[in-house]
Amino acid sequence: MSLTTRELWAAIHGMILGGGFLIAFSGGLAGLYSLRHSWLSAAGIKERIGRMKWETGLMALVSFLTVFSGTYIVYPWYRAAAPEGADLAQYPRNFLLANPNLAAWHTFGMEWKEHVAWFSPILAVAVAYLVFKYGPTLAENQQLRRMAIVLFILAFAAAGIAGILGAFITKAAPIL
Amino acid sequence: MSAQTKSIPTGPGAAAMIAAGIGTLTIGIMTTGAEFSAGLKQALNFYTPSGPLSGKTSVGIIVWLLSWLLLGAIWKNKKYDLRKAFTITLVLVGLGFLLTFPPIFALFAQE
Repeated sequence: MSLTTRELWAAIHGMILGGGFLIAFSGGLAGLYSLRHSWLSAAGIKERIGRMKWETGLMALVSFLTVFSGTYIVYPWYRAAAPEGADLAQYPRNFLLANPNLAAWHTFGMEWKEHVAWFSPILAVAVAYLVFKYGPTLAENQQLRRMAIVLFILAFAAAGIAGILGAFITKAAPIL
Repeated sequence: MSAQTKSIPTGPGAAAMIAAGIGTLTIGIMTTGAEFSAGLKQALNFYTPSGPLSGKTSVGIIVWLLSWLLLGAIWKNKKYDLRKAFTITLVLVGLGFLLTFPPIFALFAQE
C-alpha cells in the first residue's frame, strides 16, 4: 500500500488541497449567509467575523497552493511527451489522446480544468478581502453580503469543475 | 447602520471585485489567444514543463494584481456604486469562463 512520489503529489494536489478547499466551502457559505445583525448579537457578529477572516483567508491560500501544485508539479508529469515506443501508461496525455474513446478527457476535460481552476484563488482572495475590509458591515449590508456569497460560490464552482474533471481524468489515466 | 460601518468607503471593495474580473478575463483571453496565435502560444511558454499554461496564468495573475493596485489607488477613499461594480465583475468573469471553455476557444484554433 505504497504511493510513488508522483502519486503522492497528485493526492496532495487533488485530495488534500483541492478537496480541503471544497469541504471548507460549506462552512464558509453558512457563515456568510447567516452573518446578519438581525440573527446575531454584537458579540456574535464579532466572533463570526473573526472566524470568517480565518476561514476565507485560509481558503484563498489553499486555493493558490492547489493551482500552483497542479500547474507546476503534477501537470508537467501529465503532459510530458512520450518517446517513441514508450509505454503510454506512463504518459497520461499521450495515453488519453491515443484512444479515441478517451481523448475527450484531455481535449475537453484537462483543457478546461487547467484554465478554469485558476479562477478559484482569484475569486477566493476577493471574498477574503471583502471580509477583512468590511467585516461587520457585511452583517448590516445585505447587498454586499450577497455579492460576497456569489463570488464565493463562483470560486467554489471553478474549483468544483476542476476537481471533478481531475478525479475522472485520474481514473482514466492516473499519474504513476 | 453604525457610524463606523457607514464610514468605510466602497471604492476598495469595488476595486477588489472588478480586478478579480479583469484577472479571470485575462486568463480567458490568453487561453483563446494562444489557440489563435502560435506566436503568442510560444511566448506564453514561461516554464517549459508546464508549457503555455504557465504564461497564460502568470499573465492573468499579474494583470489581476496590477489592476487591483491601480483601481485600489484610484478609488481608495471614494464611494463606488457596488451594484455597478458587481455587474461589471460578473460580466468579466462570465466572459473569462466562456473563453476558457474548450468548445469556445477551439473555434479560434489554427488549422
